[in-house]
Amino acid sequence: MITIFIDNKPHQVKEGQNLLQACLSLGFDLPYFCWHPAMHSVGACRQCAVKQFKDDKDTRGRIVMSCMTPVAEGLRISINDAEAKAFRSSVVEWLMLNHPHDCPVCDEGGECHLQDMTVMTGHNYRRTRFKKRTHRNQDLGPFINHEMNRCIACYRCVRFYRNYAGGRDFDVFASHDSVYFGRHEDGTLESEFSGNLIEVCPTGVFTDKTLKQHYTRKWDLQTAPSICVHCGLGCNTIPGERYGSLRRILNRYNHEVNGYFLCDRGRFGYEFVNSGRRIRKPLWCETGQKEQKPIEKESALKHISTIIADSKGIIGIGSPRASLEANFALRAFVGPENFYSGMSAQEHKLTSLIIDILQKGPARTPSLHDVETADAVLVLGEDLTNTAPLLDLALRQSVRNRPKELTEKMRIPAWDDNAVRNAAQNAAGPLSIASAAGTKLDDIATRTYHAAPDDIARLGFAVAQELNPKSPGVPNLRDETRKLAQEIAHTLKNARRPLIIAGTSLGSETIIEAAANAAWSLCESGKPAQLCFAVPECNSMGLALMKGKQLEGAVNAIQSGKADTVIVLENDLYRRADETAVDDFLHNAKHIIVLDHAVNPTSSKAEIVFPAGTFAESDGTVVSNEGRSQRFYQVLDPNHDIQESWKWIGAIIKTLGRAPAAAWDNFDEITKSMTTALPVLKPVQDIAPSADFTISGQKIPRQPHRYSGRTSMLANVNLHEPKPPADPDSPLSFSMEGYESPPPAPLISRYWSPGWNSVQALNKFQQEVGGPLTGGDPGKRLIEASGKEAASWRLNVPSGFTPKDGEWLIVPIHHIFGSEELSMLSQAIVGRAQKPFIALNSGDAERLNVSDGEMMEIALAGKKYRFGAKIKPELPVGTAGLYAGLSLFPVFGTIYAKLSKV
Amino acid sequence: MEQPLTKNIRSNAEPLSLKEYEKTGGYQSVRKALAMPPQDVQNIVKASNLRGRGGAGFSTGMKWSFVPMGPDARRPKYFVVNADEMEPGTFKDRLLLEGDPHQLIEGVIVSAYAIEAEQAFIFVRWAYKLAIKRLEQAIKEAYANNYLGKNILGTKYSLDLRIHSSAGRYICGEETALLNALEGKRATPRAKPPFPQVSGLFGKPTIVNNAETVANIPHIINNGPDWFKDLSRSNDGGTKLYGVSGRVKKPAIWELPMGVTVRELIEEHAGGMQDGYAFRGVIPGGASTDFLTSNHLDVKMDYDSVAKAGSRLGTGTMIVLDDKTCPIGFVHNLVKFFARESCGWCTPCRDGLPWLEKILRSIEEGTGQPGDIELLEQHCKLLGPGNTFCALAPGAVEPLQSAIKYFREDFERHLRDKKCPWK
Amino acid sequence: MLTDLEKQEIDTELSRVATKASASVDALNIVQRHRGWVSDEALKDVASMLDMTADELDAVATFYSFIFRRPVGRHVILVCDSISCYVMGYNPLLDVIKSRLGIAFGETTEDKRFTLLPISCLGACDRAPAMMVDEDLYGPVTAEMMEEILEQYK
Ligand SMILES: Cc1cc2nc3c(=O)[nH]c(=O)nc-3n(C[C@H](O)[C@H](O)[C@H](O)COP(=O)(O)O)c2cc1C
Ligand code: SF4
Ligand code: FES
Repeated sequence: MITIFIDNKPHQVKEGQNLLQACLSLGFDLPYFCWHPAMHSVGACRQCAVKQFKDDKDTRGRIVMSCMTPVAEGLRISINDAEAKAFRSSVVEWLMLNHPHDCPVCDEGGECHLQDMTVMTGHNYRRTRFKKRTHRNQDLGPFINHEMNRCIACYRCVRFYRNYAGGRDFDVFASHDSVYFGRHEDGTLESEFSGNLIEVCPTGVFTDKTLKQHYTRKWDLQTAPSICVHCGLGCNTIPGERYGSLRRILNRYNHEVNGYFLCDRGRFGYEFVNSGRRIRKPLWCETGQKEQKPIEKESALKHISTIIADSKGIIGIGSPRASLEANFALRAFVGPENFYSGMSAQEHKLTSLIIDILQKGPARTPSLHDVETADAVLVLGEDLTNTAPLLDLALRQSVRNRPKELTEKMRIPAWDDNAVRNAAQNAAGPLSIASAAGTKLDDIATRTYHAAPDDIARLGFAVAQELNPKSPGVPNLRDETRKLAQEIAHTLKNARRPLIIAGTSLGSETIIEAAANAAWSLCESGKPAQLCFAVPECNSMGLALMKGKQLEGAVNAIQSGKADTVIVLENDLYRRADETAVDDFLHNAKHIIVLDHAVNPTSSKAEIVFPAGTFAESDGTVVSNEGRSQRFYQVLDPNHDIQESWKWIGAIIKTLGRAPAAAWDNFDEITKSMTTALPVLKPVQDIAPSADFTISGQKIPRQPHRYSGRTSMLANVNLHEPKPPADPDSPLSFSMEGYESPPPAPLISRYWSPGWNSVQALNKFQQEVGGPLTGGDPGKRLIEASGKEAASWRLNVPSGFTPKDGEWLIVPIHHIFGSEELSMLSQAIVGRAQKPFIALNSGDAERLNVSDGEMMEIALAGKKYRFGAKIKPELPVGTAGLYAGLSLFPVFGTIYAKLSKV
Repeated sequence: MEQPLTKNIRSNAEPLSLKEYEKTGGYQSVRKALAMPPQDVQNIVKASNLRGRGGAGFSTGMKWSFVPMGPDARRPKYFVVNADEMEPGTFKDRLLLEGDPHQLIEGVIVSAYAIEAEQAFIFVRWAYKLAIKRLEQAIKEAYANNYLGKNILGTKYSLDLRIHSSAGRYICGEETALLNALEGKRATPRAKPPFPQVSGLFGKPTIVNNAETVANIPHIINNGPDWFKDLSRSNDGGTKLYGVSGRVKKPAIWELPMGVTVRELIEEHAGGMQDGYAFRGVIPGGASTDFLTSNHLDVKMDYDSVAKAGSRLGTGTMIVLDDKTCPIGFVHNLVKFFARESCGWCTPCRDGLPWLEKILRSIEEGTGQPGDIELLEQHCKLLGPGNTFCALAPGAVEPLQSAIKYFREDFERHLRDKKCPWK
Repeated sequence: MLTDLEKQEIDTELSRVATKASASVDALNIVQRHRGWVSDEALKDVASMLDMTADELDAVATFYSFIFRRPVGRHVILVCDSISCYVMGYNPLLDVIKSRLGIAFGETTEDKRFTLLPISCLGACDRAPAMMVDEDLYGPVTAEMMEEILEQYK
């Protein structure tokens, strides 16, 4: 710590930062635009000016940009200096010369950084009498609205899109006061992270097009802390609601997890909550009838009592997209011996294996933030951009760590962003990627390898062996693969923070084991190697930790007659096994009970369907790939029968008058039962304050204090303002009354601070700007490395892949937009989804006599399906890439199929 | 009077070929310098008091001394000649480029050697078509005679020299923007520090020097620092290319001892004002320098003297304001130029200058309003050095602030009469 | 489609530079020399030769004043509008051009013969007012000379 003087008062600040960051961390209100805590300083906007003095005798001083000034012992500056203030207000005046005064119709209004800074600098009156320059806007696709006239040219968008996120179809054009930020021509933004432009832009140039469909001001949104449900990374989000529909998702900062950013699936996938396919009342299909009909809650519970009384045995099928609490409730109801995880056979195996490896082995699983700090990375078998998008973003930062060592030596401060980039040029890495088909990250990889899953695993085992000869060797390895393994091993060995990433998306056990061996080999030689696995769903890890049984067992139980009743929890089984198998299974069950939030092929076959809450209508806990258990809170009180699955199951138990051991009335109670029954989940109790938590006797409001029109919102129903719904499950209230200042981090439902209405208010919630949240980042890790040094090597080295004659090994190809179930109920995501396809190597395509786009037929499990062909020259010969995530047609495990041209 | 820089330049004629150039003693400094350790070359230049002719007047030897030397330095290192010359009123470098390309190339070789650069560029302004053609021809000859290329004249030193002509933008002349232009990027300036000497072109150590600066190098090496200092009438070493344009009888460029007076330039060399025109003021060193008036005619045209008089020597090429030209129109033209040439990176310049331009146009058109002059004055401070990202905007307001100072009455008259008295 | 000659010239440039992108302006200049301007299609072709996206190359192209992204006439008249030429009277020259060709700054004659553009100081201040037609510099230009100059460009 060093001492600097701000307006003659001493302050302790951390060395190595810039003055702006230091001032903001100290709590000063200093305006800025071009600076961003994750993207650092470039000195373009000149908004952050302060006066710097040579010493205590210097009274004149000179204006400097605080973002470009390193803090130094004894530095003397003034924020309040009249000249500095006048300059800051002039900067806003210049920015406003061309800025339209369209705040009333601008989507950013009320949460606009430019508005805040304008007020902060005190620029009130327009002095210019001249015309404003205008621009033409572009159509940037289904996610982002473009309104260039509002641009203040802070360059943040282009810096985020290109430098930070690696996008190349967006840029800045022209010069002087006609600089233009957009695309070279109209068209959909290709980056998977384009949605962050909404939050990165300090004004209303880039706004949320999905929000526009049902626009609501920030101050009219009811919000609560939540967790993204669209992949296994557990990014923290803030969903916003009005009039019972979800309006948008904003990022919720978690220093350890997603930091400032989200992917587009996470941001725009929310609309499944408002989907027309939602189940809003219990459904019942009377025996002998074909159709399900809505019924009252009470009759649904009565019917279920009858069913349970009639049943010979009940089994429960859980779900990796349902909360721990929902799964636990089902498990408690049917008994652990009758609880099945609901994952496909292979998924079950892989996630269990991952848990085993992470719990027993010496390598630690990193948070996304840890990934950003890695300085050598090996990715085995994952197309991260499409299976775990924020890992892509994290790796794009990590590849800069090595080059930054050089710029550090040149004494260029890490926050001097353009200087670092100029000095390092395009140096990146080391990052090695082994995957079946090409990935977007290949562009920044130092080494790539495209091979069949078994060969990817062999490469991984070979790397492990190069790192540590005690790990099992790989027989018959080709020389070039051996050489590649040696090179990769070399980069990892020379790193300070090496990282191995693998995952479940190719359905391969051996890839996961190879990754483990590689990480463990490094650990054994004393390197703090980290081991990261991408898992498919928001609670895959949680479910694996609960150790439900394999789905196969459920089939046997029904087939053997041991049970005749199935309760399916938030799960479309057609995504877990092939159509015929699921059809048979459901056909054999006498009673099918489903709890879910939207109609799907499985729910359609149920006798009773209970309307489950989505993340937006539920309280619950999910466990991310890091093993981090995180709480999400109900955003809205659903005006229907919809409620959390765990509440439904509790109600069923109560209706049946079953043992009180499994009865719970509220969230804290179920958490308590759960953590008692499953000690591995113990830390879940401490993720967040319990429901009785208050500050100064007040709950934390979900509605901002300016929430408007609440007395008239339901005036068409009743002139009296209804009492806000009670929330027995959390310290949050469905009201605007309550404690307004920053609550404990897990309860942050919006960023606001006096004078800071935009997302930049976040600064006031952090220990230091860009650092952890005050009081620590939310979530509790459930998995830590064993601490043992020695690894018990995985010995399962596969033999290499050899193409079969006339049959192709199916490898799943994931797509961020399309492969995930829930987001595909959102219109904007559907607009970005690709058509399903079969991808082939050019040679194979030639052999089959198909060219790009031509229809192909694939025979699988006795059925035939048709898709367009797509040529991917890098795909290994003898494999066919199949678009992953199709219901009725899951691709998991080793499947060979016949292909033909139609 | 010695005129080392221009002695070979025959106006409106072909430049000397390599053979002719050699006959006049050309390329001797290369032989001499390459026989010394690079540090010694640096020391000679430092001792000569050569100050950069690009406008800022920074000591050339000193600048070179910041380049990391020796085997541990990051490589390749680059030497870049700044021949962008787009400052309005400035036309001195073109004379050197078109008139004596070999002199410049000789300077490049010695300078590049002094910092152990293996790659050199001459960044020539896009519009200087003839200069580019002549330089290309001369470079070809230099390669053919092993003054460039591998193992120059049998030494271990190798140098590659290329011309880069951009596509027009004043900001390309700013040395860090120039580096971005050379990298094929948008030519916005870079923050300093880190200085190009440490992290320049492609992140490698780089020196950027003005063409006139570089042309001086061979003569300093050949004749020594003392000779060079003696050429000057001031503390700054050497001769200087001075120019005068505007309503004078003989607008031109002359090589004269550093430190001739404004009066000498206008009255003797430029032949005085054209008939019917009277002198009102002059911007002494290109478009981005403060006005001097008839009170300053005896100011010596060297860095310190001009600074003392409240302006800058800049490029040493002056533009005269006469009594038949509206001073508001004059600065309006300048500010229009700077507003148009702003790179668009920082707010005060990008958005402030166009505003000033509109106000000035409005005043000139007779639609100025009370308070306009004060607004202009405020801006002259607001756009001062340090407040903007690079020196373009501070340069832009220099003539304006001094115009308000010296010609305030003209501004006020426009406002009062609601028209331009010159129209 | 770029012509073979264009491609060849760009390849020569590429063989000389440290990074492909650093040949961006040279490559655009080459195309412009052959066609007078750089169309979207040409821009894309050049971008792919440089391993750049069209967006990246256009970001560069639109920064510089004299990469023409819109069609120009067969000849481009560049009239210096900077200070020395202002003092020496470029405005009367413009009036001559305007009345003779009927175009203002930024416009092209209907017969596509001339495009008229302003240019910042041509470095010919001793010959002000100055102008350039294609690659030829003229100055000092008088109203009387204008006809003769323009006549040379068909
Ligand atoms: C906006 C701007 C334009 C400039 N244009 C030129 C130029 O055309 N030629 C030049 O030599 N220096 C120009 N300079 C100065 C250069 O940045 C740099 O100081 C100079 O090339 C260094 O050379 P010297 O040390 O030999 O003077 C310009 C500076 C600025 C701020
Ligand atoms: S002052 Fe700012 S906008 Fe102007 S040229 Fe320099 S960096 Fe660009
Ligand atoms: S925030 Fe410092 S210059 Fe923009």
